[in-house]
Amino acid sequence: MNTQAQGTRFVDKLGKVYGLYTLGFLGFFALMAIIEQFGVGARTIGVLFLLFTLAIYATIGWLSRTMQVDAYYVAGREVPSLYNGMATAADWMSGASFVALAGGIYFGGYPYLGFVIGWTGGYVLVNALMAPYLRKFGCYTVPDFIGTRYGGNTARFVAVIILVVTSFTYVTAQINATGTIAARALHIPFEVGVWFGLLGILLCSMLGGMRAVTWTQVAQYIVLIIAYLVPVIWMSNAQGFGVIPHFTYGEAVARITELEPLLGVGAAAVESVPGVKIVTSLHNGPADSALYNWKFVTLALCMMAGTASLPHILMRYFTTPTVRAARRSVSWSLFFIFLLYFTAPALATLTKLQLFDPNLATAVIGKSIEHVQNLEWIKQWTSVGMLAVTDGNKDGILQINEFFMRPDIVVLATPEIAGLPYVISGLVAAGGMAAAMSTADGLLLAIANALSHDLYYKIIDPKADTARRLIVARVLLIVIGALGAAVASLQLTGILGAVAWAFCFACSGLFFPLVLGVWWKRATTAGAIAGMVLGFAAGSIYLWWTYTTGETWIGLDHLRFGIIGMPVSLVAMVVVSLMTPAPDEEIQQMVDNTRDPSGATILEASH
Amino acid sequence: MAEVSSETRQAHWRKTSTLTYVVLAIWFLFGYVVPWFAKDLDGASFLGFPLGYYFIVQGSLIIFVLLIVVQNIFQDNIDEEHGVAEE
Repeated sequence: MNTQAQGTRFVDKLGKVYGLYTLGFLGFFALMAIIEQFGVGARTIGVLFLLFTLAIYATIGWLSRTMQVDAYYVAGREVPSLYNGMATAADWMSGASFVALAGGIYFGGYPYLGFVIGWTGGYVLVNALMAPYLRKFGCYTVPDFIGTRYGGNTARFVAVIILVVTSFTYVTAQINATGTIAARALHIPFEVGVWFGLLGILLCSMLGGMRAVTWTQVAQYIVLIIAYLVPVIWMSNAQGFGVIPHFTYGEAVARITELEPLLGVGAAAVESVPGVKIVTSLHNGPADSALYNWKFVTLALCMMAGTASLPHILMRYFTTPTVRAARRSVSWSLFFIFLLYFTAPALATLTKLQLFDPNLATAVIGKSIEHVQNLEWIKQWTSVGMLAVTDGNKDGILQINEFFMRPDIVVLATPEIAGLPYVISGLVAAGGMAAAMSTADGLLLAIANALSHDLYYKIIDPKADTARRLIVARVLLIVIGALGAAVASLQLTGILGAVAWAFCFACSGLFFPLVLGVWWKRATTAGAIAGMVLGFAAGSIYLWWTYTTGETWIGLDHLRFGIIGMPVSLVAMVVVSLMTPAPDEEIQQMVDNTRDPSGATILEASH
Repeated sequence: MAEVSSETRQAHWRKTSTLTYVVLAIWFLFGYVVPWFAKDLDGASFLGFPLGYYFIVQGSLIIFVLLIVVQNIFQDNIDEEHGVAEE
């Protein structure tokens, strides 16, 4: 009972704790800025930033340690909506959002904005169709809902499999991102960086489960949002777009549109350099063709439906005290996420202008090759193979098709491109680390909890006592983390690609079984199993086909295979449900109960 | 705690469903219809942005945030009206 009392007191003074924490972090930032003026090197500042933030997360993880089932799985269901909103935002915004998204927009232009629409609009679905009802259900994990609503171990087991495949695909990308950042900031090889990142991730989650992850994610959100906004606001002021660039960078978009034909954007490179790309797409070029629009909306749909089926996001809404608080925390989540997503296109635009516009001192296009090659940041990134400058046409001047960059470095390199002090680069690295770690934590926990609660406790050994269950959960966390790091160190896919796959896996297999579980009383066990298995299989087979042959059907590439999986899942689920007898009175009653926010949770008695 | 009658529950669920369908219609409009016609909207401008582009980078996002907030206010009222609110 002692720990319970401590937990309650902590929840009561959250405002004070995180207020002080934010001030402390800003103080640390100021201190770093000062010691930079006294000549402390860039390398030392980078190391200090990373170690300082990691030490804070680890401390929070240690203070939140617990041996109670409720605290371990759902943070004791006492997280207020505002803080759950921040934690969800950190859980949600991964290395892909923080590191890769603005780079994708920088290189890909308009089509990549489908991610921005998809990754925000998905929360409308979470709020309208999922979060309040799953909270009322009172489950510990997403397969817990499937298993109870549809009954039987088969449905539960299939849900566990889909969850593991989805989250594991996602987590390798995050461990990859932590490894990349740790490697650059600490000057260690990538393979070592990956294991270092994993160590940080486990420090946050292992001892305190969901409770520890919640409170570290709030801290990580604060770091990542400061780190994302500061460089953009700084650049905006330097370029004369005002303190808040978001409402004024329209002129920057217009300027880029004006410069593009002059610079010859679209010309292919004379000789390509492996691993890095030149800009060939127009910044705002919605081509007026049906296929183009189709590709945009299908990407958005996969990302939205995926958002509403990703177990590590849905389980965050199990931690609020009430159904109403769950709904309110969805609105906070989207607000906090929105702050980053409506900044990402601004970042991509201003960084591009910084490099392109001959009126700005930082421009590189149109300058002499020799001048560009001697810039400090160009030398730094070239030496690690993430940037290249060539003189394809041998005229001694850098052309647009002679400047190569890896899309993933745009955000990390922006402070250096804009000539900001190194302390900003340190801040951005810490922010990227926070984004990737917080998501990896949520994902690892989702996998380990599903395996320990649904597979081990519910299916294999229902008599296991609390201590045993929590030890199994922790051992699984370490094992899965290690597997994730091992796969990540092989670097099989890019960050953004792996993340899009996870969304498509989730929406192919889980979207309709979850939605119809609440919204269609007639949905039966056999129907749900058919929906999960066939939807997931159809999506996976299509992915395998398009990935190995390189062919696509009506423009659906490997980022959009959920468009194949979802309809198959829906049709299979409806047809099989109608062919099998309607669910019994007890299940119908359970669905009615789920729709009614008042009263006890459905699972209260059975846990 | 008194069990909520099944008539009350049905009435509550009818209103909840209607609200949800309206929300999903607005979501579809700004998530799919507007992006589909972004090129046509680009002729107009807003805050110095081409209008279609503005919706994609900001406008639709702001509408999504407000949509959830407004939905929750309506849903709270529906819950209270039928006596199924928690507090």
